[in-house]
Amino acid sequence: MTTTHLSPRPAYPGSRQLPRSRSAIDPEAVSGRGDGGERLAKALGWFSIGLGLASLAAPRGIARLIGARGDHADETILRLVGLQEVACGIGILATRKPTGWLWARVAGDAVHLSLLSGAMASGPEDPNRMAAATAAIAGITVLDAGNALQLGRSRRPARRAASEVIKSVTINRPAEELYRFWRDFRNLPRIMSHLESVEVEGETRSRWTAKAPAGMTVQWDAEITKDVPNQLIGWESVGGRVDTRGSVRFAPAPGGRGTEVHVRMWVDPPGGALGLWFAWLFGESPDQQVSDDLRHFKQVMETGEVVLSSGGFDGTHIAQRPAQPPGSIPAR
Amino acid sequence: MRANTFVSPGKTRVERVPDPKILNDQDAIVRITSTAICGSDLHLYNGFIPTVEPGDIFGHEFMGEVVEVGKGTRKVKKGDRVVVAFPIACGSCYQCGRQMYSCCENSNPNAWIAEKLMGHSPAGVFGYSHMMGGFAGGQAEYARVPFADVGTIKVPDGMTDEQVLFLSDIFPTGYMGAEMCDIKPGDVIAVWGCGPVGLFAMASAYLLGAERVIGIDRVEARLRVAREKVKAETINYEEHDVYRTLMEMTGGRGPDSVIDAVGMEAHGSTAMFLVDRVKQGLMLENDRPNVLRDAIMCCRSGGTVSVVGVYSGLIDKFPMGSVMNRSLRIMTGQCHVQRYMKPLLERIRKGEIDPTFLITHRANLDDAPAMYRTFRDKQDECIKVVLKP
Ligand SMILES: [Zn+2]
Ligand SMILES: [Zn+2]
Repeated sequence: MTTTHLSPRPAYPGSRQLPRSRSAIDPEAVSGRGDGGERLAKALGWFSIGLGLASLAAPRGIARLIGARGDHADETILRLVGLQEVACGIGILATRKPTGWLWARVAGDAVHLSLLSGAMASGPEDPNRMAAATAAIAGITVLDAGNALQLGRSRRPARRAASEVIKSVTINRPAEELYRFWRDFRNLPRIMSHLESVEVEGETRSRWTAKAPAGMTVQWDAEITKDVPNQLIGWESVGGRVDTRGSVRFAPAPGGRGTEVHVRMWVDPPGGALGLWFAWLFGESPDQQVSDDLRHFKQVMETGEVVLSSGGFDGTHIAQRPAQPPGSIPAR
Repeated sequence: MRANTFVSPGKTRVERVPDPKILNDQDAIVRITSTAICGSDLHLYNGFIPTVEPGDIFGHEFMGEVVEVGKGTRKVKKGDRVVVAFPIACGSCYQCGRQMYSCCENSNPNAWIAEKLMGHSPAGVFGYSHMMGGFAGGQAEYARVPFADVGTIKVPDGMTDEQVLFLSDIFPTGYMGAEMCDIKPGDVIAVWGCGPVGLFAMASAYLLGAERVIGIDRVEARLRVAREKVKAETINYEEHDVYRTLMEMTGGRGPDSVIDAVGMEAHGSTAMFLVDRVKQGLMLENDRPNVLRDAIMCCRSGGTVSVVGVYSGLIDKFPMGSVMNRSLRIMTGQCHVQRYMKPLLERIRKGEIDPTFLITHRANLDDAPAMYRTFRDKQDECIKVVLKP
C-alpha cells in the first residue's frame, strides 16, 4: 500500500536543502570566547621559540639555569627539547588554528617534567633551582592545557537547532518483524524516550504527544506519506506549529546478520518559546537522541525490553545518578 | 543493604544503600555470599577510568543465592546457588550469538559514552564506571543481575564458594589469555604480571600444553607463588634485564607467545616509564603501556601478543614497526566469561586445578576500604582478597 502525501513537500526529508541560519543556541553567537585564548596562544608560541633557541644555542647555560649537571647527555637532551620547542612555537604562530600545536606543547611540557624528575632522581647539581624549574614548567603546562582546551572548545562547529539526522542500526531480526513494530506508531514511545504517547487516528493519521520541561507536553498530528510493507515507512507532521518529518527503511544485512534499519529525521523548530523548547529537546544532540532511540529499538526487538541500569536512568546526560539501587523504580 | 562505594580516588566507604529491585524482566536478585576485589578494581579506585562517580558500588566478581527472579527468566530459579559472570550479555544479539559476550550489543545502557571514547561500545560490566553501563557492583549484600539466564552458572552441591568464585572473572580471563596464544607443543609462554590474572594465565598455559611458562613481576611474594604453586620459572624485572634474560632462557628465539596481564598501570624502571607516568598523571594518555612495549619486543617473530590486562583509552609510542615487520599477532579482549564458565567449572570439579591457591586475605565486607589499600600497596603479601558480606 502506498499512500499519497498531502503536502507539496517531498516525502523524503533529505531531499530538501537545510536552512543555514544560526539558531539561538549557536555557542559562537552568544559568547565572545576565543579572543583571549588566541592572544595567550601567541605568547606561548613566542615563549616556545625563545626557550627552544636558548636550549639550542646554550644548552650548558640552560642546564645550569635549571640546576642540572650539564654533562654531555644533558646537553643532547636539551638540544632535542630545543628543536621541539622551536617547532611548536612556529606551529602555533604560523597556523590559524593552533589547537593541535598547543597540544604538542603540552606533550613537550610533560616530557620536560619527566626529564626534570629524572634529573632530580639522579642527583641534581642544585636541587632548589631544579625544583623551581619544575614548578615553572608545571605552571606553563597548566596554561598550555587550559589554552588548548579553550581554543578547542570555541573552534567547535556551531550547532543548529534545525537539523537532519541520519542514523542506522543493524538488528538481529527479520525485516517483517521490525516493520510491524514500527508501523504501529503506538509502539514508538517504548523506544523513543522523548515521546509520551502516539495515538492512531486512522489508516494514515496519528497524534503524537512529546514530553516538555516542567511536566508540559506538546502535540502534533502526523500523516504517513510512504508505506512499503517490510521496507519503508515515511511520515510528516501536518498543520500545527511543529514541523517534523522522518522515514525508516529496512534492508536485509549481508550474511544473515539481520536487518539494517536506516532512519532519517528532520526537525524544523518553530519560533518563540516552543522553539526554545525544541532546541532543548533536539538541538542539544539530535544525533544522540535518534541514536539512543535506535539502540532501544534494537534492545526491544532482540531482548524484549529496554535494558536499564541504576546509573543510566537519566538517559544521555553526563551527570548520572550513582550506580547503586534507586530508592524507587523509575517509570518507563 | 551495605555496599562498598566509591568516595574519591584512593577512598571507598561501606555505606547503607537501598536494596536492589527487579528492573527488567530477565533480572535476578542475588544475595551475595562471596565477593572479591580485582586488580582491575584498582584502576577505578586509583581514578584512572573515566566516568566513575561518588556513590558508585564497586565489584564485578561475586556469587550467591538467587532470592528473586523477574518474570522473563527461564533457567535461574529462586534458591539456586550461582556464580555471576562480570560482563553482562543479552544472549540474543549478533555478538552473543558468536559467544563474544563481552561485546554484547544490548547490555550497556550508556553505550553512547563508550562510543565517544572507543568508537563502539563493549558490553555492560558490573560496578565498572558509567561508561560501562552504570550497573551497581557486587561488593554488597545484594546485587541485581540483568539477563540472569545468560550471566549465571549454577554451582553443583558440594563445591565451596572459594572453589568457584573466580569463575566470575580472573580464572576465565587468565584462561582466555592463554587460549588466545594458540599454544603448540614445545611453546614457551612468557606472562607479564604475577597477579591473580597472570597466575591463572600461567596455570592455564600449562593446562593447554605449554612446554615452559615464565612469569615476570617485581614483587617477590608473587614470584614465589608463581614458582611454587604454578611451577613457572620467574624473572624479577627489577633485578634482571627482562629482554636479555628471556633471550638467554629461550636460546635467542624469544617466547613463542607473550601475555600482558598487567595493563594500564604498569610499573617499570626505564626512562620511558617515567614519561608515561607523567603523561598519565596529566591526562595526556590514559594508559601506561610499558609492559605491552616490552612484551612485543621480546616475542619471537610470528608469535602472539595476548593482552588481557585492562587498557581504557589511548597509549603512546606503540612499537608498530616491530609488530608489522615481524608478523606478530595481537589478540585481546575483555573475557567472554560466559563461554568459559562451564568447561572451567568442569576442570575444577575434576581436580585439574584448584583456584583457591591465590587467596591470601579473607575479610568482612565492612573491611573492604582497608583491604583496597592493602591490595593496592601489595602489603602483607596480598594477592587476592575475598570478602564475605
Ligand atoms: Zn576482575
Ligand atoms: Zn548480546
